[in-house]
Amino acid sequence: MNPRAAAESPRGQRHSAGIQLVLRVLQQFPPYRWTQARLLSWGVSGRTAVIAIPYFWLLLFFLVPFIIVLKISFAETQIAMPPYQPLLQWSGEKILQVKLNIGNFLYLVEDSLYWRAYLNSIKVAGISTLLCLLVGYPVAYAIARANTTWRNVLLMMVILPFWTSFLLRVYAWIGILKNNGLINNFLTWLGIIDQPIVMLQTDFAIYVGIVYSYLPFMILPLYSTLEKMDLTLLEAAADLGCRPFKAFMTITLPLSMPGVVAGAMLVFIPAVGEFVIPALLGGPESLMIGKVLWTEFFSNRDWPVASAVATALLLLLVVPIVLLQRAQGAEARGAHK
Amino acid sequence: MSTAANRMTPFRISALAFGFAFLYIPILSLIVFSFNKSRLVTVWTGFSTEWYGRLFRNEQILNAAWLSLKIAAINATGAVILGTLAGLALARFGKFTGRTVFAGMTTAPLVMPEVITGLSLLLLFVAMDQVFGWPSGRGVTTITIAHMTLTMAYVTVIVQSRLSTLDDSLEEAAMDLGARPTKIFFLITLPIIAPALISGWLLAFTISLDDLVIASFVSGPGSSTLPMVIFSKVRLGVSPDINALASIMVLFVTVGVIIAGILMARQEKRRQRDMQMAAAGGK
Repeated sequence: MNPRAAAESPRGQRHSAGIQLVLRVLQQFPPYRWTQARLLSWGVSGRTAVIAIPYFWLLLFFLVPFIIVLKISFAETQIAMPPYQPLLQWSGEKILQVKLNIGNFLYLVEDSLYWRAYLNSIKVAGISTLLCLLVGYPVAYAIARANTTWRNVLLMMVILPFWTSFLLRVYAWIGILKNNGLINNFLTWLGIIDQPIVMLQTDFAIYVGIVYSYLPFMILPLYSTLEKMDLTLLEAAADLGCRPFKAFMTITLPLSMPGVVAGAMLVFIPAVGEFVIPALLGGPESLMIGKVLWTEFFSNRDWPVASAVATALLLLLVVPIVLLQRAQGAEARGAHK
Repeated sequence: MSTAANRMTPFRISALAFGFAFLYIPILSLIVFSFNKSRLVTVWTGFSTEWYGRLFRNEQILNAAWLSLKIAAINATGAVILGTLAGLALARFGKFTGRTVFAGMTTAPLVMPEVITGLSLLLLFVAMDQVFGWPSGRGVTTITIAHMTLTMAYVTVIVQSRLSTLDDSLEEAAMDLGARPTKIFFLITLPIIAPALISGWLLAFTISLDDLVIASFVSGPGSSTLPMVIFSKVRLGVSPDINALASIMVLFVTVGVIIAGILMARQEKRRQRDMQMAAAGGK
């Protein structure tokens, strides 16, 4: 339905009429008019309200929590509810006592569990991102070069698994990778192996899990960059006698770099802190920082150390997050050209 | 026009085939083995629907499912409201003070590992409980607030990108004719971006329904969501009634996607027809 028809349609009129009626009724009340005049004189307009509502929501429920995490990472554990000591205490009349306990952070550095977990998480996330790129790039490329009718169907098929439960899809891999699971049974039936290949509870299973779950996040940015590419460049290269593979390496690949960076960051950053995949598919020795944080919090009930782990993880991820924001900003600016 | 670049080479076909097989075989295996007679989820012993019966008699799962659906619906509605406001601000209001912080805050939840957001929100709720006395104890309210904070990021991205590609000549025409911004928004902009809002609602709904980590951190006793119940069952091993649950969810999603596809195709046809009529009879 075109916008003009929608605007003049009975439904569109009713939408606006309802709001207009409410506003007109409110105008009858002096208190409302007075408030409105006051707010306008302060420079607060409808525009400010539009910005302010989500702004304050996010400030309160997104930014402030991080500050609290930082604060508690400096606190000491105590057996109480909540299980940490208050940071600021009034001792005497007006003297504020600040107890900064950096013991938690020292603990992180001393106990090898933590920095091994950080390094392992980065390694696992990095390898998974690379594998995801290797699997996702050909698919994104094939979809971007398909003809338009097929493209929408194929995109829908890429996105469809994303709408089903992430937890259940990871669960599916348990049944496939088990010792008497789908793959092992199939290979045994084919006669290729006698002993089942141990795949579950290994780092390999975590790679498979991450690649599988985050594949749509890799394909979509790649597709959107590849789709915008100017195909006449490839035609020109062919005219000049360039082989297809070389044309790909020198033209397509560099031009698709923004999509590669965006997709890689969209996979890498959440993968570092993943919990579900290592918990379900990994084994006890697969050290991932998400699992460590969870255990620290739920099993050890050690909130200060968990907060210290979270703070360190956040600092670790600041660089990739900034990279991603820059890549997204560049893409947004490019779209406006 | 079929240029060399548009040809379906064997490489591309095999890339697509392998990619989609990789994506869909696990889902199909879930469905196939939900009908398996034996408990072993990987050896086929016969067709049976007993696991579906078991699933519908499982009180714990049904209660958790109902709770999750309620939370997801409330969360999606709130996220759409907040996300539309944020998307509008980012797309239309140009530079305002604090815009960079605002833009960062709205997109950071998208990539932040959920363990961090879950932990930080729990600590916030505990601190708020100490200082203000609200929220007292954790449960449905805290889960809903946490999910809204996460999913509004997705809605913001959707709305922002939709508004930035929107041709604002209609809105400018309305302003020239003297309409106030509120009226313009509700009468013109909102109907046009309605499909984006609907897909944002569905996305927020799905993400909330499926979230495990954040819900585990901020939930309280007696408010177990469906993913929490599934996770505790699945940690102990494979369980065919979970396969049955998975098949039902896949069915709903597939039906939903097909309906959405049909509706969009129909809308596209209607749009083409309107444009033709406008071009032919508009004089």
